[in-house]
Amino acid sequence: MTNAQFAAAALAIPFAGVVLMVLARRRPDVREAMAFGAAAMLFFVVVSLAPAILAGERPSVTLFEMLPGLPVVLTVEPLGWLFAAVASTLWVVSTPYSIGYLRGNGEANQTRFYVCFAGSIGAAIGIAFAGNLLTLFLFYEALTLVTYPLVTHHGTDEARRAGRVYLGVLIGTSVVFLLPAIIATWVFAGTLDFRPGGILGGRIGPTAAGVLLALFMFGIGKAALMPFHRWLPAAMVAPTPVSALLHAVAVVKAGVFCVVKVVVYVFGVDTLAALGGAAWLTLVAGFTLIAASAVALRADNLKRRLAYSTVSQLAYVTMAVSLLTPAAVMGAALHLVAHAFGKITLFFAAGSIYTAAHKTEVSQLDGIGRMMPWTMGAFAVGAFSMIGLPPLAGFVSKWYILTGAMTAESWTAVGVLAASTLLNAAYFVPIVYRAFFVAPPAGDVHGREAPLAMVMAQVVTAAACVALFLFPGLAIALAKSLAGG
Amino acid sequence: MLSQHFPILLVVVPLIASPVIVMARSGFLGWVASLAASAAAFAMSVALLVATTESGAISYAIGSWPPPWGIEYRVDAANALVALLVSAIALVVLPYARRSVSAEIGQERLYLFYALLMLCLAGLLGIAVTGDAFNLFVFLEISSLATYVLIALGRNRRALTAAYQYLILGTIGATLYVTGVGLLYLATGTLNLADMAARLADVPDKRPLVAGLAFITAGVGLKLALFPLHAWLPNAYAYAPSAVSAFLAATATKVAVYVLMRVYFSVYGVDAVFRDMPLGPVLAVLSVAALFIASAAAIVQKDLKRLLAYSSVAQIGYITLGISLGSAPGLTAAVAHLVNHGITKGALFLLAGAIALRAGGTGFDRVAGLGRTMPLTAFAFVLGGLSLIGVPGTAGFASKWALVAAAIGAGHWWIAAAVLLSSLLAVAYVWKFVECAYFRGPPGDAPDPGEAPADMTIPAFALTAAVIAAGLFAWPVLEASARAAEALMGAPR
Repeated sequence: MTNAQFAAAALAIPFAGVVLMVLARRRPDVREAMAFGAAAMLFFVVVSLAPAILAGERPSVTLFEMLPGLPVVLTVEPLGWLFAAVASTLWVVSTPYSIGYLRGNGEANQTRFYVCFAGSIGAAIGIAFAGNLLTLFLFYEALTLVTYPLVTHHGTDEARRAGRVYLGVLIGTSVVFLLPAIIATWVFAGTLDFRPGGILGGRIGPTAAGVLLALFMFGIGKAALMPFHRWLPAAMVAPTPVSALLHAVAVVKAGVFCVVKVVVYVFGVDTLAALGGAAWLTLVAGFTLIAASAVALRADNLKRRLAYSTVSQLAYVTMAVSLLTPAAVMGAALHLVAHAFGKITLFFAAGSIYTAAHKTEVSQLDGIGRMMPWTMGAFAVGAFSMIGLPPLAGFVSKWYILTGAMTAESWTAVGVLAASTLLNAAYFVPIVYRAFFVAPPAGDVHGREAPLAMVMAQVVTAAACVALFLFPGLAIALAKSLAGG
Repeated sequence: MLSQHFPILLVVVPLIASPVIVMARSGFLGWVASLAASAAAFAMSVALLVATTESGAISYAIGSWPPPWGIEYRVDAANALVALLVSAIALVVLPYARRSVSAEIGQERLYLFYALLMLCLAGLLGIAVTGDAFNLFVFLEISSLATYVLIALGRNRRALTAAYQYLILGTIGATLYVTGVGLLYLATGTLNLADMAARLADVPDKRPLVAGLAFITAGVGLKLALFPLHAWLPNAYAYAPSAVSAFLAATATKVAVYVLMRVYFSVYGVDAVFRDMPLGPVLAVLSVAALFIASAAAIVQKDLKRLLAYSSVAQIGYITLGISLGSAPGLTAAVAHLVNHGITKGALFLLAGAIALRAGGTGFDRVAGLGRTMPLTAFAFVLGGLSLIGVPGTAGFASKWALVAAAIGAGHWWIAAAVLLSSLLAVAYVWKFVECAYFRGPPGDAPDPGEAPADMTIPAFALTAAVIAAGLFAWPVLEASARAAEALMGAPR
C-alpha cells in the first residue's frame, strides 16, 4: 500500500468500526472487541506513516470532488500526523478504560456510546489529515454533531441544557465566523489548499487580514478562546471517558490544531508577521489563559476545574502561534501533544475516583491517595506536567513557548506564562496535597482502587508524560519541520 | 423521431393520464397510470436536460405554427432542470402515496386524488416548458385549481379553510400576473417570452413595463410565498394530505420561483430590473425579513408540518436573496437552492407523513420519543434537518456556500451575515425536533408504534439519501445551476 492509501485507510478504519459495532450491537463482548480492534488498527496505520513524514514526504489523496473545483482531499503533514498520532494512541489506551467505566457504572445505551466515540475519532482523523479548508470544515462540523449524543448521553434535563450550550456555541461560532472566513478565503485566494507559507500572501491588505484572522480565531470555537469557551465546562456533564478523550484530546486539540493550521498554512507566519495583524491575539489568548486559571482555582467540582484548566492550556497554544516565531510555533505543536497526555491522565483519574469512590468534588478528596495510590500517583504526574515541571512533557513545550516569547520580545507573553505557571500550581498542588497528606474523614468506607483496566490506562498515560520528556526527538523533529526550521 | 416531441409530450402525458384515471374510477389503476406517467415524464426530463446540456436550447412549435405567431415551448438548461426536479419528486412521491393517501383519504375518492395529482403535475411541467406568457397563465391556473382540491382532501376539517384561503390568495396572484402580462402585451404586441424580450428595448414609454413588472412580481410573489405574501402557505402545507404536502413543498413554489427568474432575467433583463428599477434592494430586504421572521415563527410552532412550512418560507427567502443579487453567481446559487431545498423539503415532508401514520399525528406531543419508536425515520429527519441548517455534507450546504460566496464576491457582506446568522435559527427549529424525539418519552397511545411500511419508508429514505449525496457530490447540481443561470441571463435568440 502506498502512503496515500494508508492515509485514506486511517480515515476509513474508525467508520468501518462504527458499522461493525452497529452490527454487533446485541453482543457486548464482540462489540467491545471491535472497538479495541479498530483503535489498534488505526494506531498501527498512523504509526506506519511516520518514517515517510519524517523523510519529508507529504502523502496526498483526493477522495472525491464536492464543490466545483473544491475536492475533499487528505494530505498528511507533520502537524496533522502529530495530532492523528496523539488521538489514535490515546484511543487505544482509553478503550479499555471506557469498557471498565461503562460496565463499572452500569451506563445505558452503550452501543450508541461506542459508535459515536469511534465516529468522533474518525472525524478527528479527518481534521488531522484535511488537505484543504473545505475538508477541514466538513469534519470539524461532523465532530461537533457526532459528539453531541455523547455529551447528552445521560438524557437528563441537565444533559439537554448542556447539549444546547455545546451545540449553540460550537455550531454558532463555526457558522457565523468560520464559514464566512473560509468562503472569503476562497473568494480572495482562489484556493483553499494548505500550503507552506500560506495562500493569502499578497491577496489581502492589513485590515482585511485582521478581520479574517479574527473570524478564523473566534470561529474555531473548539479552541475555546474567550468569550466562546462556555461549551467546554458544559460538556463535562458527559461520562468521564468522553471528557477524557474527546474534551481533553480529540475535540479541543482539533480546535487548537485548526488554529495552528490556519496561521501556518493559510496566512503563513511570515505574511501575518508582515501584515502585523496578530498582536491582539496574544492579548486575547493571554487573557483567556489567566482568566480561565482563575476560574479553575475557585471550582470545587473536579471535572469543572479540569475543564477550565483545559481552556487555559488551549490558550497557551493560541498565544504561542500568535507570537509568530519559529520556536513559539514549535512550542504550540509540542504543547498540543504534551497537554493531551497530561490532561487525559487527569481525567482518567477523575473518572477512577468517581467509579471507585463516587466522589466528584475537590473538597471530598481528603486522604483519597491512601486508598487509591496508583490513581492519585498518576494524577500527580499529570498535574506536574500541566505546571511544566521537569522531567515531564509539559516542561518541553513550555520551554519552547517561552523561548519563542523571548525571541519575539513579547514581554506580555512572558509575564502571562510566568503568572499562569503559578496559577497552575495553585489549583493543582492542593489536590495532590489533600489526597496524600490530609487524613481521610472518619467513617469513609470506600477503600479500594478503581478497576484494573482503568488503573492501567492512567499509568500508561502518566508514563507517556515522562517518556515524552526523556525522548522528545520525534515530536521535536516534526515540530521543527512545521516551523520551517 | 419521438424525442423531438418530448417538450410537448412532457405535458401531454400527465394531462391525458388525468381524464383516463377519472374514467377508470379505480384507485389502483389510477396509481398505476400516475406512476407510469410520472416515470415517462421523468425519463423525458432527463433526456431534455441532457439534450440542452449538449446542444443548447430546444424550440418546439405547437402545431407547427412558427413562433412568435404560434405557441412555442422552449426548453433550455434552466427549465429542463426545473422539469427534472418536478418529475423526479412526482416519481418519488407516487410509490409513497399509495399507502399514505389511502390511510388519509377515503377509498372512494382515491382515483380523484391521482387524477388531480396528474393535473397538477401537467400544470407545473407546462409552466416550466412553455415559452408563452399566456400559455403560462393557463398552466398556472391548471396547477393551482388542482392544488386547491388536493389540499382540501386532507382529513383534518381545517384543510377546507386552508384550501379556501389558498384559493382566494392564489386567484389574486394569478389575476395580478395576467394583468401584468396584459400590460406587456399592450406594449409589445406579443406573448412569446423571447419575442417580448427582444421588443422591450424598442418600447418608447417605459411606464407600462414598470407597472407590468410590478404586477407580475406581486402575482408570482404570492404563488412562490415571497414574504410577506406567504400567509396561505403554512395552513396549506400543514393540513394537506402528507403526500400532497411533500409534492407541493418540493415543486409548486419552486416552479413559481422559476417564473420570476424567467421574467426578470430573460424577459426584462438584469439591467432593466436591477439597474433601472430598485428591485434588487426591495427583494433583498423582503428575503432577509423572510429568513429571520419565518425561521423565528418556525421555532414556536407546535406541529411538525407547520414548522416545516414556516421553514419553507424562510428557505424560499434564500432563493429570492440569490435572485436579488442580480448577478450570475447569485442566480446560480438561487437555482441550486431551488433544487437542493426542493429535495430536502420533499424528503422531510415524506418523513413527516410516515410519522403521521405511525404516531397518529405530527404535533410535537406525537413526535416525543420517536428516537426510540421510529429510530430510522427520526434519524433521517435529523439528516434532512441538517440540510436545512446547511451543515457540510448535505445539499443545503452547497447552495448556501454558493450564495455566501456570491454575496462576498459582490462585496455584500451584510447579506452574507444575514444568511449565516439566520442559519442559527434553523439550528433552533431543527433541534426542537431533536430534543423532542430523543429526550422525551413516547406518548404511550400511538396507534401503531414502529417504523412505517416499506413502501413509504423507501421513497422517504431514498430522497434523504439524495440530500446527502447532493451534499457530498455537490458539483453536478452547482454546475447544472451555473448553466441554468447562463441560459436565463443569456440574450434569448
